[in-house]
Amino acid sequence: MATTSVIDELKKSQILELLEQGKRVDGRAFDEPRKLVIEPNAIPKANGSARVRLGDSEVICGIKIQPDRPFPDMGDKGIFICTAELLPFSHPSVETGPPGPDVIELARVVDRGIRESHMIDLSQLVIEKNKSVVGVFADNVVVDYDGNLFDTCAYAATAAILSSKTPKWEMKNDVPTLIEGVELDIPITTIPVSVTMGKIGNHIIVDPNGDEWDSMEARITITTDSNGNICALQKGGNGGFTFD
Amino acid sequence: MGGRDTEIVLLDENGIRCDGRKVDEPRRIMIKAGGLKNADGSAYIEFGDNKILVGVFGPRDVHPKHMSNTDTGILRVRYHMEPFSVTERKNPAPSRREIEISKVIKEALEPAIMLDKFPRTAVDVYIEVLQADGGTRCAALSAASVALADAGIPMRDMVAACAAGKAADTIILDVNNEEDQAGQADMPIGYMPSTDKITLLQLDGVLTPEEFKKCVETGIKGCKIVYELQKKALTDKYFGNGEK
Repeated sequence: MATTSVIDELKKSQILELLEQGKRVDGRAFDEPRKLVIEPNAIPKANGSARVRLGDSEVICGIKIQPDRPFPDMGDKGIFICTAELLPFSHPSVETGPPGPDVIELARVVDRGIRESHMIDLSQLVIEKNKSVVGVFADNVVVDYDGNLFDTCAYAATAAILSSKTPKWEMKNDVPTLIEGVELDIPITTIPVSVTMGKIGNHIIVDPNGDEWDSMEARITITTDSNGNICALQKGGNGGFTFD
Repeated sequence: MGGRDTEIVLLDENGIRCDGRKVDEPRRIMIKAGGLKNADGSAYIEFGDNKILVGVFGPRDVHPKHMSNTDTGILRVRYHMEPFSVTERKNPAPSRREIEISKVIKEALEPAIMLDKFPRTAVDVYIEVLQADGGTRCAALSAASVALADAGIPMRDMVAACAAGKAADTIILDVNNEEDQAGQADMPIGYMPSTDKITLLQLDGVLTPEEFKKCVETGIKGCKIVYELQKKALTDKYFGNGEK
């Protein structure tokens, strides 16, 4: 992560040594994720929101829904944009300023999982074709860091979208105009679930915590939809996986 | 922000404000010390519908090095609003408004902190506005003081902050968003009760010299209410039966 804490080699070898004995540093099984707590509607003024804790990693996602111009090649579809930011108090090593490559990768992987699963039916979010569409912005902010932000942000964004209500706009004199007092559900087609695994030595572990994250050679994030189809993948880190 | 078409009655014939408060009554305030795992000290404040998290690091090494001072420690403050914290989605990059507020909060906190005890180091205060509802700088400053105390940083006093202002030709305590937009004056005040010093003072609007005097007195009354809640947040954490 951007938060490459200076974990000493001792800790690393300790983690590997334990894995050789079939144990993890925090006592979990290899395929056991940490405790997940989801608090929907944590930010009542947003159109939707969720505060999610996965172990000691914590993320707040807020949804803002507003009229926007469509992408030139997709005039018949609404817009979905997902961002991520590591708040500077989430870890001592986080620096302020524009997001670095790791954080941009994080935002794009979370974005892809939701987009490619077609969770939101964007074709229903059109105010007037080629002119004005509804934009859904999912902004993730990392409050506390302890590894595996990919899944923490993905769960936060998914829960926040599910909690959202959208206002309604209609074109009047070529301007999208808000219709007062109308609140609609967001058109949802499926619920994507992201699972991230890390590889340390020859061992593969689910939901790596902060210390494990810093010791990994490689990681893979797999997003599946409600039907069990795989809809997004991302391999990261400088190690490799074998197919089996 | 921006103008609204609907007229609101800021003060009715019984002296009750648009949100049901009396003229000298602050909004509901809740302050909690601690909460963040990775920060050295932290605090969370709910001030009306404002929701703000503050994390503190330090005293710690200064990066970049040239910013460090051999005679004293330095204080750095970042005030930042989440994209979903306001009605219209805010660009995540810091605005001129946020940079100015960061500076005035820094200068309001500096007289309270014994920075000369830690030469060559920095104390970093990170303020994140999760939900904004008028008066964020006062709420942020009050929470920042609690977070600094929670981090164990030696201080002369905590800075308590509350705004006073004028709406419907009446001096009011704790100006809310509607009163800020449609009222006549908004004056945020930061105050250290034990030394009787005002460390933050701004004014937006028009007041006569007499009204200004009354406004300061009203604001300081509000600061004293906030101060009691700041002390309670710390005693609840360190002497209560809550978490550690």
